Amino acid sequence: MIEPVLPVLLGRFAWHDLPFVRAWEDPSVSEIIGAGAGALVIVGAIGLAVLLTVLGRWRWLWREWLTSVDHKKIGIMYVVIAFVMLSRALIEAVLMRLQQASAVQAPGFVTPEHFAQLFSTHGSIMIFFMAMPFLTGVINYVMPLQIGARDVAFPLLNSVSLCLTGGAAGLMMVSLAIGQFSTGGWTGYPPYTGLAFSPDVGPDYWIWAVTLGSIGSTLTGLNFAVTLYKLRCPGMTLMRMPLFCWTALCTSILMIFAMPPLTVATALLALDRYLGFHFFTNDLGGNMMNYANLFWLFGHPEVYILILPAFGVYSEVVSTFSTKELYGYTSLVIATMAIAVLSFTVWVHHFFTMGQDANLNAAFGIATMTIGVPTGVKIYDWIWTMFRGEVRFTVPMLYSLAFMMTFVLGGFTGIILAVPPLDYVVHNTLFLVAHFHNMLIPGLLYGMLAAYHYWFPKAFGFRLDERWGRRAFGCWVLGFYLAFMPLYVLGAAGMTRRAQAVSDPAFRPLLYVAGVGALILLAALVSLFVQLRVSIRDRAANRVAAGDPWDGRSLEWSIAAPPPEYNFAVLPHVASRDPFYDAKRDGRAYREAARYEAIEVPRNSAAGPALGIGGTVLAFGLVWHIWWLALSAGAIVVATVILRSFARDTTRIVPAADVAAIDRAWLAQVRATTPVPRQAETIPLNGGLALMVSHGR
Amino acid sequence: MSTGARAVRAAMAVAGCGLIAGCTALRSGIVHHAGPVAEQTWHLYLIVGGVLVFVAGPVLLLVPAFAWHYRLSNTRAAYRPNWDFAWWIEGLIWIPPAAIVIGLGVVLWHYTHRLDPYRPLASGQPALRIQAIGFDWKWLFVYPDQRVAAVNQLAVPVGRPVHVDLTSGTVMQSLMMPRLAGQIYAMAGMRTELNFAVTTPGLYAGENTQFNGTGFQDQKFTVVALGAADYRRWLARVRAAARPLDAAALNALFARSTPRAPIFYSAASPATFVRVMARTQAPAK
Repeated sequence: MIEPVLPVLLGRFAWHDLPFVRAWEDPSVSEIIGAGAGALVIVGAIGLAVLLTVLGRWRWLWREWLTSVDHKKIGIMYVVIAFVMLSRALIEAVLMRLQQASAVQAPGFVTPEHFAQLFSTHGSIMIFFMAMPFLTGVINYVMPLQIGARDVAFPLLNSVSLCLTGGAAGLMMVSLAIGQFSTGGWTGYPPYTGLAFSPDVGPDYWIWAVTLGSIGSTLTGLNFAVTLYKLRCPGMTLMRMPLFCWTALCTSILMIFAMPPLTVATALLALDRYLGFHFFTNDLGGNMMNYANLFWLFGHPEVYILILPAFGVYSEVVSTFSTKELYGYTSLVIATMAIAVLSFTVWVHHFFTMGQDANLNAAFGIATMTIGVPTGVKIYDWIWTMFRGEVRFTVPMLYSLAFMMTFVLGGFTGIILAVPPLDYVVHNTLFLVAHFHNMLIPGLLYGMLAAYHYWFPKAFGFRLDERWGRRAFGCWVLGFYLAFMPLYVLGAAGMTRRAQAVSDPAFRPLLYVAGVGALILLAALVSLFVQLRVSIRDRAANRVAAGDPWDGRSLEWSIAAPPPEYNFAVLPHVASRDPFYDAKRDGRAYREAARYEAIEVPRNSAAGPALGIGGTVLAFGLVWHIWWLALSAGAIVVATVILRSFARDTTRIVPAADVAAIDRAWLAQVRATTPVPRQAETIPLNGGLALMVSHGR
Repeated sequence: MSTGARAVRAAMAVAGCGLIAGCTALRSGIVHHAGPVAEQTWHLYLIVGGVLVFVAGPVLLLVPAFAWHYRLSNTRAAYRPNWDFAWWIEGLIWIPPAAIVIGLGVVLWHYTHRLDPYRPLASGQPALRIQAIGFDWKWLFVYPDQRVAAVNQLAVPVGRPVHVDLTSGTVMQSLMMPRLAGQIYAMAGMRTELNFAVTTPGLYAGENTQFNGTGFQDQKFTVVALGAADYRRWLARVRAAARPLDAAALNALFARSTPRAPIFYSAASPATFVRVMARTQAPAK
């Protein structure tokens, strides 16, 4: 069962690599959970295929979505990937919390091997296949609209990035059904993940999934940066861009410079594992410390890649729902850029305990604390935006308020961790785990959920259900506090991270509280899905076709919801920040164009899916040492690129008459819509048109 | 009461009980320090934490205060939709935090040097030398001057500084004794150092914090801090164990397992440490 079945054809695959065979041989709870997960993947994939066949939607899926190079559709697909992977990784988190709660001086129900895979997949998925796709999707959808552009600079490349990311996520799912995942955590430190200590397929799955994803993200960074530099509409200087676009720009710069160290680190590890190199082995000149440096040279800017877009969302949301101009725009821009630059100067704080001398540790500790200053500036700028505003407690605003108060606690513990002697006592404990979840959940996740609620009406033309949105919000906040505040105490008490079992019975009560918290977080996720179902059911009542449900300030609110394929019938000219807000107050909004012109839009392309599938199959072949498969897939990848380079007919024209008809139909819709004041923005009366209220104060 | 409100109440009740009961967990960590390094570290926590209250406090106060006072339904609150800048606020936002960072930076620099794990403790007594080797999944402690060794038990005399040299026989590991000192990585082929002392007799938990495989959670050891006479008695008992740390015994330690109880070696050589470092550098067979 453990010998390769058919080496020439199937590489190192053996029957024992199927979780069903393992569960058959050893029907323990742990193995049954593993087999169940594998079965879910297979049943899910088959079920999806059956559903598409029965509904006759294959062509629609291919034409409307998979081959689309439209930034709006690509953005939506990224967010769908994020929600699917969030579901899996959150279930894994619940399993880990329940295991720890039940394994105090007891074995629990999940074996150490299984537990190690759980924390490795949980971290890898949340960072690479939940957070990155979520923020990439939001920026993809919103940023071109906010700068008055028709699409990103390289629409085809956008599709390629999406398909690489989707393929990599698929590889993660395949690892549930065939083989196993790495047990080395999301960081994959050698020599533990080297050939000598982990010869199995696990680290290889991790290496290739992360590599595919990191290539996708690097290309995305390039795409977004060029878009922001070159495609802003006339009059939109850099200092007139919405703050969300500034954070998108800094995020892109970070992606371009920070993803390559990861690609290099995993490539060097792959060379060690595949070709017997000695970059990180114990012997023949290898040095594991080089991996730590390379990985965290990526890893620290990565967490700023994760947080800056969320900061951008908060700037938009707090300003809009305080009914007020954003306070301190220039300070926010300076602070964002300072954070981006400083993020490259602090990586050693991830391994203060690796034996560097005091001068080195102290220098990096001071650099780490320094990032707290621009971050604090941003938080205070949002606070002063609320000052003398009119605050509306919609779901996005609730997330923003919860973020401001909870994130600052994470910042508190972050400064503690920045002081090397304090880090020495809590590094690799649950204190560290609590800290980074304290930054990522209130920071990144609440920001993305706020973005989801804020821009969903723009993307789909109807608002999300407010009541279920509040329930989900309540669960996210309560669940977070219950799940993670106990971990600070446990970490200070000396409990390590990644522990499948616990020997100190004093830890039990806190682990129980954390377990309850995890279950509440699961309820939060379920609430979001219920919300989606209810919202789709009630979409007719909650339509906001006029396009401006929140009395928005920036350009994306000045067009229909959902927007036409080419975004703007006529490219806008702007003369200020918050151009749509000013246009509404000056009576310049919702005007028909003097002249409508034909618009050239890119055609769909199969190159993205071909490269995504090819890349994923190549990765799969490399994982299992199925060399014929890897070579064939590699050839398809190369052939796709070459073939695409010969394609000439890559755009089509939308006739001026069509553009005019679509625009006029929307303007007619606007005229037929009743404008509503802010007090009515969350009830069905809100058709997406804002009532201009004069303030005589 | 609605189901939701009832559920929230239940969760709060559980949380409350859990958190109160859970505070006893802190006895196992730095709050309950038992050595000079840990004590100074705890004082540093209090200093940094105290300063940070002034960083986090204003945010925690202003966010709910502003959000509530300036809510849409409060028609009496002032509304200035286009106000977006004030120099005094800028000054307040940039300068005090920068000053705090500079102040904390000075504190950080000073304490990072003072609490450097490599820094020998000032003391009238000479340090007890220990060589710690991390295996999967156990710690070997060699006493090079006393020529004995033990697995998963580290006996030290109270009040005397201890100097530990660390390496790993396998993958990256990290030795930590939460009530006594900060941790330091142990890496194959390399030597790191840790200095600490214990001020009160007793038993103290020690562990590996860097994941190294399926036995990771079992890689715990005990620090036994003894008075001078008890320490001499411990040494004598170990010497009487009649089990030398020879090549075969060392080989056995490389197997991936955790012993059920501490193992004592009556004869151990200081060359073992160097030998393990060299062995891990040789290509695996």
